[in-house]
Amino acid sequence: MTEVQEKVRDLSEKYGRRRENLLPILQGIVEKEHYLTSEAMIQVAKELDISAAEVYGTASFYSFLDTEQRGQYVIRVCKTISCDMKGKNSIIKAIEDVLKIKVGETTQSKMFTLLETNCLGWCHKAPAILINDEPYTNLTPAKIKAILGDYIRNAEGKQKIIGDIQYER
Amino acid sequence: MKDKNLKIVDIIFKPHLVKYEVLDKTVARSNEDILKEIIDSGLRGRGGAGFPTGLKWKFAAEQKAKKKIVICNADEGEPGTFKDREILTKVPRKVLGGMAVCAKIIGAKRGFIYLRGEYKYLLPFLNEELEDFNKHLKEIGLDFKIDIFLGSGAYVCGEESALFNSMEGKRGEPRNKPPYPTVAGLDNMPTVINNVETLVYALMICSIGSKEFKALGTSDSRGSKVFSISGDTPIPGIYELELGMSVYDFVEEFGDGDTKAVQIGGASGFCVPRKKFKETIIGFEGIPTGGSMMIFNSTRSMYNVLHNYLDFFEEESCGQCTPCRIGYQQLKKGVEAVKHGEKNEEYLQQLMKLTETMKLTSKCGLGQSVANSFSSIVNNYREEMVY
Ligand SMILES: Cc1cc2nc3c(=O)[nH]c(=O)nc-3n(C[C@H](O)[C@H](O)[C@H](O)COP(=O)(O)O)c2cc1C
Ligand code: SF4
Ligand code: FES
Repeated sequence: MTEVQEKVRDLSEKYGRRRENLLPILQGIVEKEHYLTSEAMIQVAKELDISAAEVYGTASFYSFLDTEQRGQYVIRVCKTISCDMKGKNSIIKAIEDVLKIKVGETTQSKMFTLLETNCLGWCHKAPAILINDEPYTNLTPAKIKAILGDYIRNAEGKQKIIGDIQYER
Repeated sequence: MKDKNLKIVDIIFKPHLVKYEVLDKTVARSNEDILKEIIDSGLRGRGGAGFPTGLKWKFAAEQKAKKKIVICNADEGEPGTFKDREILTKVPRKVLGGMAVCAKIIGAKRGFIYLRGEYKYLLPFLNEELEDFNKHLKEIGLDFKIDIFLGSGAYVCGEESALFNSMEGKRGEPRNKPPYPTVAGLDNMPTVINNVETLVYALMICSIGSKEFKALGTSDSRGSKVFSISGDTPIPGIYELELGMSVYDFVEEFGDGDTKAVQIGGASGFCVPRKKFKETIIGFEGIPTGGSMMIFNSTRSMYNVLHNYLDFFEEESCGQCTPCRIGYQQLKKGVEAVKHGEKNEEYLQQLMKLTETMKLTSKCGLGQSVANSFSSIVNNYREEMVY
């Protein structure tokens, strides 16, 4: 068994092998591998005893279940109206300048992927982005450059970087 | 409040003095008693469609089935809505409490929160809350357990039947109705699905009483509502307000002095132009809303606003029915062609007809609701569409 196949097997053990466990399993793969390789999807099909086409067909429906190669950090910039009005284009430009990639691309180091997405639910603190699961809000070009700097400095990935949202009770 | 016609309310976010106090008192009451209270209150769903909550619970309670399900819809994807996230963050126990009361009434043993993937950062916090809550349910002897199901970035999964498909491990495509969820929902079991905010109101009505709730709002729109306010406003944020205010009063309070239009109900909602602020009521008798209020001032191009919405729907359409899948593409191309002078103004009329067709022939709200924003923007800002 390859490493990926083992991971899929472990996730299937954890969540179960029924159809209703498909999404949690695919989400688990994306969390670790950042996207779904065909090898992983074929293994999921085997574990759940469904066709690989079913797995791909389901995965391709969901924008967070990427089937194309993604970097370690996926940046999703909200492009819906409130963020658009508050300068999301300047945020995209700042990210493109720092990472030297365009929307839809992944850096050569495979560290970052830059994508656009729809409303993230932070419109009152626009513009907003997600880096993997972490939201960053009220962005300015200077602020996003500083955030990216933090990620790059922590490139070893030893430190988990968390967003600027703290939840209060 | 600057504007004395608006009333701030504090039912949703007011912290409990004693943990699980309202829940414990409520579960001690009889099912008939609780159900009557909620039906009496006139509470209607806060997720957009506005179905009477008490009736929904009653229908599910009347179903004869061994297994029933309660689902909290936290997919919150409508552009301009962010209040469910805030409710889950500030008062998660009230949301869980509302689910437990519903479970007791309909006889459900399993509950789920469908949390949009964009809110995954909340998982550790919510799981901690859940663990404590599930333990408490055991202590008070209520046989009900709640889990979280995480979405994966698809707006249409907020539609209830698409949400069930998604939880069943399938593509999140809406189903035909009937059957309705209270008859055949998740895995064909009778299911109550409610918005986050609806569940909190249901619980709080059991505490403050239907009378106090009914005293707020109007005869069609009882009570208060949590609004998500964004766009051109000096004070964006989340506000709980009494229902039944006019757009005029709303803008007096939240506008920046130069408000040109307010989009009520998100991209699926209606655009209200300045000349109609006074006569338009925010509520079920006027323009209903899941809480999204986007304010535009005179520097904004309404063509850009419409184009942004069409872009959103084109991407989020599940593609199952042709009118919706092709319709949005055509609408976007169409407004672009008019804007660039490739088609004349009359072409807008043809596009308007297309939205009517989509309204009649699409399977779910995503395709049906386009006519709302399209016609309200195009009719009121025709010059901006052309020049
Ligand atoms: C395209 C589409 C998206 C929807 N998204 C949501 C959502 O994110 N949250 C929600 O509560 N309801 C959403 N709804 C409405 C649900 O289908 C359902 O009516 C609602 O969850 C019922 O709860 P309520 O009665 O408490 O409002 C959506 C409907 C459609 C057609
Ligand atoms: S109306 Fe659109 S989103 Fe709804 S089922 Fe049809 S194609 Fe899918
Ligand atoms: S419009 Fe960007 S978060 Fe809502």
